[in-house]
Amino acid sequence: MKLSDLATVIRSKNAGPFELTFDVLFATHDDFERAVKSEVLSANKFAALFHIPVSDVLSVVEFEPALAIKVTIKRARSSGAFGETDVYGAQQHAPLLSLDIPD
Amino acid sequence: MNHSISILSPTAILGYGFPESSFEAGLARNPDAIAVDAGSTDPGPYYLGSGESFTNREAVKRDLTLMIKAGLEREIPVLIGTAGGSGARPHLQWCLEVIDEVLCDLNRNARVAEIASDQDQDSVINALHAGRISALGPVPQLTEEAITNSTYIVAQMGVEPVIDALEQGAQIVVTGRCYDPAVFAAVPIRAGLSEALSLHMGKILECAAIAAVPGSGSDCMLGVVDASGFTLEALSSERRCTVTSVAAHTLYEKTDPRFLPGPGGVLDLTACHFEQLDERRVRVTGTQLQKSERYTIKLEGSQPAGFRTISIAGIRAPDLIEQLDAVLLAVRERVFTNFQSIDQADVQLLFRVYGKNGVMGELEPCREQLPHEVGLVIEVVAKTQSLADTVCSFARSTLLHFGYPGRQSTAGNLAFPYSPSDISHGVVYEFSVYHLMTVDDPLSPFPIQIKVRGVT
Repeated sequence: MKLSDLATVIRSKNAGPFELTFDVLFATHDDFERAVKSEVLSANKFAALFHIPVSDVLSVVEFEPALAIKVTIKRARSSGAFGETDVYGAQQHAPLLSLDIPD
Repeated sequence: MNHSISILSPTAILGYGFPESSFEAGLARNPDAIAVDAGSTDPGPYYLGSGESFTNREAVKRDLTLMIKAGLEREIPVLIGTAGGSGARPHLQWCLEVIDEVLCDLNRNARVAEIASDQDQDSVINALHAGRISALGPVPQLTEEAITNSTYIVAQMGVEPVIDALEQGAQIVVTGRCYDPAVFAAVPIRAGLSEALSLHMGKILECAAIAAVPGSGSDCMLGVVDASGFTLEALSSERRCTVTSVAAHTLYEKTDPRFLPGPGGVLDLTACHFEQLDERRVRVTGTQLQKSERYTIKLEGSQPAGFRTISIAGIRAPDLIEQLDAVLLAVRERVFTNFQSIDQADVQLLFRVYGKNGVMGELEPCREQLPHEVGLVIEVVAKTQSLADTVCSFARSTLLHFGYPGRQSTAGNLAFPYSPSDISHGVVYEFSVYHLMTVDDPLSPFPIQIKVRGVT
């Protein structure tokens, strides 16, 4: 199963001008647990997917009250600096959609 | 204890609009204040650096007219956080001018408090040397040069100056850069309710109905805080607050949803409980506030980064798309060979290829597929506008007629949607300051001026 079939929300956005944060939200506790157990959003997997050093993954938080997994990474450059591709950071989530969640 | 305070939040950003029916539904609940957030760093460094607003003046005036009319009629305060989008001096003045116009149109006057948030360069440099400044997250260490290069440096005020303005009888409070929840939390905190609950409620109300389902950045939300918790209610019948929508909003644009730092302390959500009261309302309890030892405020600054010129074109030729990286590299070399006198340190030249890593750049995992067409932006940022124009123009004409190996389409390599093809942007900016500064007290960095504005 793909992450996009399991999650209800998959999004990215700036968390301030120097960080980019990804939120993955689930509809049920079971779905949330399944995603957590799969570890597809671990710091290592995230770093490999986006071609960044694992030290640029600033935090991975499993936030149970919102049934959410949140990953925050260092931006390649501050928002809007020369070379920027996405000032708001709102279109960086796409590679997460097709992540495979094992049965 | 029945004591409670209701805050009406009409829209996520002043100027984003809201349905009058939702606003009326909110007023029918007899709110104790109308508060709105008018700012964000999301639109990037240009707006703080240039002093311009990212919101439209007519749209801001429309929202303010409804809010101020209701506030004055009901004798409840109207609070506006981070005026003009970035909260520096010109943004605050811009918003005050709109307020003056609204008051005149309404044939009213009002006691208006303006709270400045500009920090002068000398005091920031002194703080830097006194070791009172630290980087906020993965941010370069602050330097004197970054401080002096910044056109404006603002600090985020907490609730204290806003409460002070209310104490002085302000009917309308307009702030410079402000911690987003502060304008929502000031009234309940002043009434003696919990700082933690009021600030957490403000965190959610500042985005209005974004925290509802279906979410909207241009619809109203009501928050009611009492002694033991707070309740959120979407005011349009089309929307409702759910435990998930409210808890999820706690994640929005934050690094860690459990600990939310702000001026003077950190909101701790680890013991929070979200409860569905009925179909449309959610109640939140258990928020705590860990007060920090020293009062800390966030500084933001933006500095000029040069002058930009861009040219937009499309490419459809498959043979060119196939060898585009090599062609662009060769064009870059031609540009700098042609202008030997140009110091390369004064010019940054970039080819953005949409259809191929244009959106994600170095983060793009999908690197091998060849598109059938690409969009190209030739971008130059240089020390002067004329230098940016020159380099962009030359890169564009060189690429247009560049003879790459195997080329059959010898009439031109680019499809231009526009004539003229090149666009001069003027000055562009970059974030230069995003740091924390400890201060002796929460009020002195934020001077308050109160005067009667509108018709005399």
